[in-house]
Amino acid sequence: MIAPLHRPKRKNPILRTRLPLLPPWARSRAALGLTAAAALGRFELQVCAHCGSVQYPPREACHRCLSDQLQWREQSGAGELISSTTVYHSHDLFFRERVPWRLGLVRLDAGPTVIAHLHAGCAPAPCRVRVETRLDKSGQGVLLAFPIDEVSNMADDLQLREMTCDPKFRKVLVTDGKTAVGQAVVQALVAAGADLVWVGYAEPWKKFPGLAQIEALPQVTLIPLDLTDSRSVTQIAAEIGGRVDILINTAEVHRTHGIASRSGVEVARAEMDVNYFGLLRLAQEFGPAMRGRGADGQSSATAWVNLLSIYALNNYPPHGTFSASKAAALSLSQCLRAEMRSGGVRVINVFPGPIDDEWNQMLPPPKLGPDALAKALVKALKDGVEDIYPGDVAQEWFARWREDPKILEREVSA
Amino acid sequence: MRNFGKDPLVASGDARDYRDVVLTAPVTVPYVRYSIRSAHWFVARALSRLLKESGLEKSDIDGLSVGSFMLSPDTAIGLTQHLGVTVRWLDHVPLGGACGIVALRRALRAVQAGDAQVVACIGADTNHVDSFRQSLGSFSVFARDAVFPYGSGGPNASFALLTSYYMRMYGATREDFGKICVAQRDNALGYPHAMFKKKLTLEEYLEARPIADPIRLFDCVMPCAGAEGFLVMTRQRAEALGLPYARVRSTCERHNAFPDDPIQVRGGWVLDREHLYGAAGVEPSDIDFVETYDDYPVMSVIQIEDLGFCQKGEGPEFIRRHTFTSDGSFPINTSGGQLSAGQAGCAAGFLGLVESIRQLTDRNLARAVPGARLGLAVGFGMITYDRGLCSGAAILGRADA
Amino acid sequence: MSADLAAANSLITLAADLVSGRIRVVDLTQTLAPEFPQIALPPEFGQCWPFRIEEVSRYDERGPAWYWNNFSCGEHTGTHFDAPIHWVSGRDLPSNATDTVPVQHLIGAACVIDCSAQASADPDFLLTADHVRAWEAVHGRIPARAWVLMRTDWSKRTDPVAYQNYDETGQHTPGPATDVVRFLIDERDVTGFGSEAIGTDAGQGYHLKPPYPCHYFMHGSGRYGLQCLANLDQLPPTGAVIFCAPLKIKNGSGSPIRALALVPGSSGAAEPSQRVRGEA
Repeated sequence: MIAPLHRPKRKNPILRTRLPLLPPWARSRAALGLTAAAALGRFELQVCAHCGSVQYPPREACHRCLSDQLQWREQSGAGELISSTTVYHSHDLFFRERVPWRLGLVRLDAGPTVIAHLHAGCAPAPCRVRVETRLDKSGQGVLLAFPIDEVSNMADDLQLREMTCDPKFRKVLVTDGKTAVGQAVVQALVAAGADLVWVGYAEPWKKFPGLAQIEALPQVTLIPLDLTDSRSVTQIAAEIGGRVDILINTAEVHRTHGIASRSGVEVARAEMDVNYFGLLRLAQEFGPAMRGRGADGQSSATAWVNLLSIYALNNYPPHGTFSASKAAALSLSQCLRAEMRSGGVRVINVFPGPIDDEWNQMLPPPKLGPDALAKALVKALKDGVEDIYPGDVAQEWFARWREDPKILEREVSA
Repeated sequence: MRNFGKDPLVASGDARDYRDVVLTAPVTVPYVRYSIRSAHWFVARALSRLLKESGLEKSDIDGLSVGSFMLSPDTAIGLTQHLGVTVRWLDHVPLGGACGIVALRRALRAVQAGDAQVVACIGADTNHVDSFRQSLGSFSVFARDAVFPYGSGGPNASFALLTSYYMRMYGATREDFGKICVAQRDNALGYPHAMFKKKLTLEEYLEARPIADPIRLFDCVMPCAGAEGFLVMTRQRAEALGLPYARVRSTCERHNAFPDDPIQVRGGWVLDREHLYGAAGVEPSDIDFVETYDDYPVMSVIQIEDLGFCQKGEGPEFIRRHTFTSDGSFPINTSGGQLSAGQAGCAAGFLGLVESIRQLTDRNLARAVPGARLGLAVGFGMITYDRGLCSGAAILGRADA
Repeated sequence: MSADLAAANSLITLAADLVSGRIRVVDLTQTLAPEFPQIALPPEFGQCWPFRIEEVSRYDERGPAWYWNNFSCGEHTGTHFDAPIHWVSGRDLPSNATDTVPVQHLIGAACVIDCSAQASADPDFLLTADHVRAWEAVHGRIPARAWVLMRTDWSKRTDPVAYQNYDETGQHTPGPATDVVRFLIDERDVTGFGSEAIGTDAGQGYHLKPPYPCHYFMHGSGRYGLQCLANLDQLPPTGAVIFCAPLKIKNGSGSPIRALALVPGSSGAAEPSQRVRGEA
């Protein structure tokens, strides 16, 4: 039985905020393959291309045939929990604060025996379990054994919650509520149990459809926030920065120009000002406080989400300057991710394909509906993954890009 | 001799026996919980004691074998200049609980082959206040990648998983393991260098602070600083020097045995025991005392099974039949073992050997096992991921045994 | 007394009057701040930048003993000046840009037409030639080369939403009708037209003939525009002199300005209260 999570009491203002600690971060290069897969929500192990042996822990050579052709391949994770323990004493500061902590040895059906964190819903050994990867607070991939069948309050397991960014009972800032995507994200967060959602809106004199419905939600507070205005970002960070547990940057400027279709740099600059500098302003003003609150009780600061674009991976020439601004944002988000790591705050990048909005009017379907995007984004928070590529177009681009970025570049420039 | 069954990996061979080389001058640098000295200091103190014990000059030592985790960035070669010894044979054996057996085997062959005349074998480590915690994360690549990030319980968590599995599979109880720990504490009370000097009751054992289910505080060794050592030389030389010595009847060593076992309930001894007893020309029942590698009590039970004193899974029943005290039935860890004497890093891999030499040369610091003629010292160690990779053993005998 | 001597004397008198307070200076300028709204065009058009400011250093590691900022904005941000070149109708006129407009034009008499009551009742209020004629019947004929300023008290709308006053049909702010623009140029030879709203033209000026008549005709005739003026309620209907020089931007179409007015010290009863606000 897993006790359901309760809304935390208000923070006692005379108590010191616990500083964030991280579980052990160091990994060999080979082991980072597990992290790379976990960042996408996949459980992959090294499989020998020569003899088919599955390896764990990760290696530089096949433990059977010594081939160095080890390829990361998705695993079902099914296995037998052969032994379990509860650790009460740890030498590590992070775990010292979190014991008791359950661990298990799982004999995977694929072969290897793995040490895994053990979800509270797993019966004592022996029993069947399903091993998955998660990113831990240090941002590294770890293995976590789940019960085969769903149990109640599954997501509320305290060990699991150290590895996810579940919005339940958390306070969230959505930086732009003007757009259909921003509003869908707000709705999805409220449905997921977010405690409070601040919704930013710039240029308040422009009337935006849908904002009134959002404002009517009891969890929602509208705040004037303009990412092009450093003073506005500073002001809002001063007001709420110390309480934001999850920041979701939905603000973007999207125009449909390449280089030749638009003279001058003003449109590109406007895109950069929001898509790149807006992120930089937010990161400078909200980043430090969130990083400092990475272990602030049950509803600590936990995630930072950037709405990027699949065009960040490879320029889509008809939307060339927009693509470039998203590539810049992607690069900056990697810097942010590195800097937020010390606080255990996850940076999640969302790479949608064309969203079904006015700026993609001329693109053929399939296009990603705002609701589907919002759903994928909230799922990423609950799963604690690092990069998502929602929608068919994004999935296809991502697969092509993974296979060979140069080929994708040629395909896209056709 | 029981028939242990055939396996293509099982050692047979007819390696040369050890009748012309012997072990002498067992020394211990007393253990302390924490030390501000480096591992080099403990090696130096051990070497100094070896010279004093043997009456040899430093220049008489022409072989040096060192087991240590804490010398970094030095290895044994750095020690030659550090300690001012000139040797023609040098070995560095950072194999933890197996380093004593491995060092012994190599030194015996070196002396036998004439590559060296006198080899000083030393296991030494220091322990600073934070060094154990720091060593956990850098112990091995697999530990760093696949163990340390999971609760950072170190070997406690790993052996908790093995112990839990063993208990479930073979019906061992906490009381069974407790009996071993209590008996070893009794043995330790007769050994002046033991870290624990207070009697342990079964109740105290059962009620101790939980560490990682089912392991509690007294299932765990206490990391400390210290050193152990002995000399390997020809029998002729020992006799010329008038040094009491122990003979080596047989040895074995095995690494990464049974890699396909899903979890460790046996070690490499299963592959080597037939050779071990065969070469010594003895049966398990001829052994008068056993110095197990007791980093956790479950390992003592597994060693008792794998070295042929009972069948796999009969360990719990075996425990209930014996007292394990030096003066009782089936004496083990007669100086208290690591559980009561302390675990001084790689010195722990020497503890059983040094104690065995003492028992077999009447140089006891701990209580003597009455009439002991044959002793078995076991090495086990290097849990780089989910199991101990090294296993080894040596049957030692009195000079006339 | 020569004309030069008389002029010199009047300047000496002016300086003395400024010191004594017999002549007061009224600030007609909105504060340049990021939150002050800027003109908004449909998103497919190029956009005028709002005022933005980034700290360079503030007695810190970026500059230990000094505080300064970089700012950015469009030429038509905040209280600003429109040069003839701003509009297509004035594109080919001589001396039509911020760096070439005759500086003599940038200081001049102001006629202030109070439309605050009408604008309060109707945000789409259009000033017509008849309104101006009625004003002249009370205050006298508008002299040549004067500035005509349309007082609507729109600058008192401190909430940007009310100031912009958008609905789904666009912006609703007062401005001049086509006929009054022609009248002021052709029959009164004004230097320029000023308003308190975000444009010299009305919010719905796109629907007039021609669209945006004030921009079209004023700039097409080499005249100027002033927008986002404030404190027009502190000016007398006649008798004030305004200063509205743009930055000397090469080939610039306009520029933010610090618009000032000289008024007789006795007029403008609001002055003391303004000072109190300024000090609060």
